[in-house]
Amino acid sequence: MSDGGSDRGHVAVQDGDMEDVASFRARAHTWIRENLAPAAAGASAGVLRNNSTDEEELDQVAHERRLQRKLFDAGFAGICFPKAYGGQGLSPAHQQAFNEELTGHEFPVRLQAPTISPCAAVILDFGTEEQKLAHLPAILKGDELWMQFLSEPSGGSDVAGAQTSAVRDGDEWVLNGSKVWTTGAWWSDWGLCLARTNWDVPKHRGLSVFMLPIRQPGVEVHRIEMLNGTKEFCQEFMTDVLVPDSDRIGEIDDGWTVGIRWMFHERMLHNSPFVTIPAGDAHAGIGASSVLRVARQSGRLDDPRVRDLVGEARMLHRTTEALQQRLTDGMRSGVMSDQSAAIGRLFSGVVSNRTNSIAFEIAGADGGAWTDDDGAITDCGSDFLMRQVSTIGGGTTEMARNVISERVLGMPRERTLDRDVPFRDVPRGGQP
Amino acid sequence: MQLSLTPDQEFFRDNTSKFLTERATPTEIRRLRDEPDGYDDRYWRQGAELGWTSLLVAEEHGGGSISGDGLGDLALVADEFGRHAAPGPLVPTNVVAGALSNLGADRHGDLLAGLLNGTSIASWGYLEPRPHQGLDDLALEIREDGSELVVRGIKRPVESAGRASHLLIAGRTGRGWTQILVPTDTEGISVWPMRTVDLTRRFAEVAFEDVRVPIEAAFGEVGGAAHQIERQFLQAVVMANAETVGAMQTAFAMTLEWAFDRYSFGRPLASYQELKHRFADMKTWLEAGHAISDMAAQAVSAGSPEATELASAAKAFLGQYGTELLQDCVQMHGGIGLTFEHDIHFYLRRVTLDRTLHGTPSEHRARIARIVSDHEDAA
Repeated sequence: MSDGGSDRGHVAVQDGDMEDVASFRARAHTWIRENLAPAAAGASAGVLRNNSTDEEELDQVAHERRLQRKLFDAGFAGICFPKAYGGQGLSPAHQQAFNEELTGHEFPVRLQAPTISPCAAVILDFGTEEQKLAHLPAILKGDELWMQFLSEPSGGSDVAGAQTSAVRDGDEWVLNGSKVWTTGAWWSDWGLCLARTNWDVPKHRGLSVFMLPIRQPGVEVHRIEMLNGTKEFCQEFMTDVLVPDSDRIGEIDDGWTVGIRWMFHERMLHNSPFVTIPAGDAHAGIGASSVLRVARQSGRLDDPRVRDLVGEARMLHRTTEALQQRLTDGMRSGVMSDQSAAIGRLFSGVVSNRTNSIAFEIAGADGGAWTDDDGAITDCGSDFLMRQVSTIGGGTTEMARNVISERVLGMPRERTLDRDVPFRDVPRGGQP
Repeated sequence: MQLSLTPDQEFFRDNTSKFLTERATPTEIRRLRDEPDGYDDRYWRQGAELGWTSLLVAEEHGGGSISGDGLGDLALVADEFGRHAAPGPLVPTNVVAGALSNLGADRHGDLLAGLLNGTSIASWGYLEPRPHQGLDDLALEIREDGSELVVRGIKRPVESAGRASHLLIAGRTGRGWTQILVPTDTEGISVWPMRTVDLTRRFAEVAFEDVRVPIEAAFGEVGGAAHQIERQFLQAVVMANAETVGAMQTAFAMTLEWAFDRYSFGRPLASYQELKHRFADMKTWLEAGHAISDMAAQAVSAGSPEATELASAAKAFLGQYGTELLQDCVQMHGGIGLTFEHDIHFYLRRVTLDRTLHGTPSEHRARIARIVSDHEDAA
């Protein structure tokens, strides 16, 4: 365990003179209104919509890097990160206050997940002092955008079955393999990579975690076109990529210890105290407010059937917020185990699917054929086609159900054929 | 139930829990099925001594809360009532006691004292017969006639109306709302027992045929009591929600234990992935239910502007997912889950009853839609 281990599971707590939340909120309130533009209408609408050109996308990324730098310069970046690494050393309550003040304003959304959480959170948990100093301030300034090199084409849910190999060569490691489902790798800087360093031990005991620059000759980034035309997801092919041993995070072959914590941060998603996101905006995609916009646009808001659906969407939204709050409180106080994050993941995924279906239902025939003049209804149909992304991305809800039943409720584990067997002897399907 | 309680709240909750474990046993609940009132007087008086009816009553009127948040404390009692499927008119007595303390402690000191020590029962009538069962749609007429009010209409279901000495009734006066406190033996009032899904709760249809009461019977302003009625309604919703979550908690624990103990094809039910995933869903509904119930209770107690929406969100969610969880618990048990001998139906009955009272899920979804669309219109 690196010397960063003592920070694990806890955000920075400074003794003595931490600014009180009310005064911090007042400062944030003023600064946000003087420095950040109002959020573009409908900016976060829809499910992974393909509504900008590559040039526009790159411009937006550059703009968000500048926004992050503005936050950093004003003392509002990394609110829960220690001051030693460029953060503010404040509490989750301060982050929450900032998020509440941020509602209705632009913010650097692309720097939150996965750059700040899980990637920066993992570096904070497991990085050496040198690694933390090298990367955390750079991340908080908007200089480094990170991607998770976690999922592989050979198996999405079986993360510990990673087949990307890392072979030691003196002070370096040589990485070969492929990673997939990185959102925006084509405009990102660094990858946090889970790789196999030992094939002669069972799967969980032969993994290690590395940091590597994405833009280098051995890393080829391919963009994947999704069914709605978006090309934000990428697949990377690594060929003889050299990584210095000093860029390894955590101990050799102990990468699963890092991986468990990594996936905890991933499941926490927007409830992470590290993430800056406008309050009320935490559920990307089709939310209760887009349902109301669709209902209004459809002219059917007086129809009792539509009102029933609007009420249901709002009920699910409020319940999701309440649940996330309960889980965050429970895990922070230790009443609930970290595995309880899977409860929030499952619920928000299922709610998101249902809410998407509700919007589609209200749209009626306009969900099947529409024009650009249809306002809030435009693209409802494409969003419906992409519905399952909320129960697949970030770990499927089936995996969440396994975690809840086995780790939270203590029910018997599923029988597996890869436990206590050297990974090289584990049956594997054909490579896609 | 909230994740962290104060030591005083913990002690308070624990006392009720121990009392109900001892007194509201499955054998006793089965016995009470055939008792006209559905509970014993002595049991209710002892519960009142534990504080069951005093939490919405001000200290100067002989009540008082444990934590400073009386409704939050009362939600702990309601949660325990759900966990034990406990007998007794918890919701109506508390609603009336709270209203008396708020508006009529001087005029009705004896009744309030009786509610506080458990020797009197009073009930609260809000819902009406079809087609007027929808919320915010009262047909019962309370007409002004000189120094009197004349009441005409029907309330149903009214809990424990057959035992109640007084009824607190909401109705309309012209375009406004009025509520009155009326002795049950007033001329023109008739009480007709109803049947119900619950084993120990009792309900009646109460008919008012030109019942004349002095104008002083009005609680709050004649034609201007909507705010007070809404406040009582939200208190009832908070109690019903907490009771539902408590019943879900017990049923889930029973069913999880069953899944570990029951073997088929040489392995426990708990080892089948299909069933494990359904337990994961149920656990998620349960935690979500606790969360939204607590959040709504706090909002109502604090008089937050979001109280109405949160209370409706909680009631709509728990009505739907509480019954869904219970029905799935029955399914996990198989045929035994549908027998009178098994205890699971105590909890199925309680969540089913609570789903129907104080607004069904679809009625609360309609309320939410009205709130969010009004809010947007105002913005």
